[in-house]
Amino acid sequence: MTMENNTIELKGVTVNYGKPSAPFTAVRDVNLTVPQGTVCALIGPSGCGKSTLLKVMAGLMKPASGTVNIGGRDVNPHDLTIGLMPQNYGLLPWKNVRDNILLGCRVRHQDMHERQPMYVKLLEQLGLKDLLFRYPRELSGGQQQRVALARAFLLQPDILLMDEPFSALDALTREAMQDVFLGLWREHRVTTVLVTHYVEEALYLGHQIALMQSAPGRIAEIIDNPWGCQGLDRGRDDVFRLSRTVREKLRKLEVGDA
Amino acid sequence: MKQHRILRAYLLGAVTLLVLWWIIALLVELPIIPVPDKVFVRLGDIFASTIVIHGVYSLWRIAAGLALAVGIGYPIGLAMGYFDRFDRLLSPLVYLTYPIPKIALLPILMLLAGVGELSKILMIFLIIVFQVIIAVRDGVRTIPRETYASLYTLGASFGQLFYHVIFPASWPKFLTAVRVAMATAISVLFFTETFGTQYGMGYFIMDAWLRVNYLDMYAGIIVLSLLGLLLFGLLDTLERRTCRWQLK
Ligand SMILES: Nc1ncnc2c1ncn2[C@@H]1O[C@H](COP(=O)(O)OP(=O)(O)O)[C@@H](O)[C@H]1O
Ligand SMILES: [Mg+2]
Repeated sequence: MTMENNTIELKGVTVNYGKPSAPFTAVRDVNLTVPQGTVCALIGPSGCGKSTLLKVMAGLMKPASGTVNIGGRDVNPHDLTIGLMPQNYGLLPWKNVRDNILLGCRVRHQDMHERQPMYVKLLEQLGLKDLLFRYPRELSGGQQQRVALARAFLLQPDILLMDEPFSALDALTREAMQDVFLGLWREHRVTTVLVTHYVEEALYLGHQIALMQSAPGRIAEIIDNPWGCQGLDRGRDDVFRLSRTVREKLRKLEVGDA
Repeated sequence: MKQHRILRAYLLGAVTLLVLWWIIALLVELPIIPVPDKVFVRLGDIFASTIVIHGVYSLWRIAAGLALAVGIGYPIGLAMGYFDRFDRLLSPLVYLTYPIPKIALLPILMLLAGVGELSKILMIFLIIVFQVIIAVRDGVRTIPRETYASLYTLGASFGQLFYHVIFPASWPKFLTAVRVAMATAISVLFFTETFGTQYGMGYFIMDAWLRVNYLDMYAGIIVLSLLGLLLFGLLDTLERRTCRWQLK
């Protein structure tokens, strides 16, 4: 790992959709700092602008005002390697598992030879060795998820942005995949923003938990979570107590919206 | 396994046709419907010496027309599908000209390009090009925006977008369009080959008919249908090989 600084910094970010003459403000005046080598969990009701914030960090949208910096630089997909895992995993249906995993590296012109050992190891870790020549439609949700994780980590991105990566999975698979992610993350410690709507997931993985509220989307509170990415027992008393607090806060935010 | 079944289906079709032909020929007993065995013997006699050159001419015209149509239609369809501005500019033009039966343009084409090779190839081009433009445009336009997202964030160039997303995503629609257009192209080619040339399956069949040589004529018809079979077989194989990723 290089000693680069890939801190993500959002300052006064407002994002609009629609025509500039009749804008719809999806998120307003968001401030958020995700320090290098940490995971930030974004949590909030649906429609509060979580995906929108992720798109802005990914450089897919420009904010109407405010700034987005990564390591003090503007978001520029040409000199930063940004790993984006969209809500639907972003696998290309016409590429088999192998080509989908390698896609990121190919587009970035990375040295495949150098990546080979890591590729082999990721296949091993994620149990993908027997699926290499399947197409996405021939995979289960959990398998697609693992392919997307392999792609994201093989890329060795400067920052990793994941939009509800585990939401489409059943409860057991979801927890298993969170552990897979945790294992990979501990090895690589990439600066990560993870969108979720599960409080447990936010607590399990996020060093910071950013609670959002909607209309317009904004960050209501940022909670520091001492247990983020520690892999602690999910049923621990103190974790449970914090999760109840977070849940309570979220409920109030949603009621406040209504 | 699958290949086997397909082959068997084709064979069954061919045998059925032959049997029907045989029965009709025996019932009618007219020179205009000769029995198949005589025709096949005749085909064997004249294939290498005569028919093959006509077949090659027809194939060449189809290939040239197709290549021209793809070479020009593909970029136009791509531009229309990817850039809204191009679509707004060009779709009225395409919609106005697309429904015209292209064969109706043949007289104009022959006046402009002569009765020779060029007008025949241009005819095929005209038939296929619209199908290609519309199929590629629709194929590109129906790619969901999210599909591009992970490539955009990787800083992909347009060339990379094309290679990884646009081309493979629109490929099945493109193949289907070529197949649909191909049937029309072959029948129109037959028609255009009945004048202004001494070569081509169209010429060979009509010439045999004028010479009242029904055996030759039938041999020609068989070759023409085999030509069609070959082209469709190629397209089918290509589709099976390259479109396995699609939901069936
Ligand atoms: N392409 C778009 N055009 C217009 N409005 C949009 C678009 N995408 C999202 N929105 C609106 O912006 C708001 C935030 O959406 P999103 O970021 O997807 O929310 P979340 O991911 O938190 O569910 C919603 O009200 C949504 O309707
Ligand atoms: Mg979302």
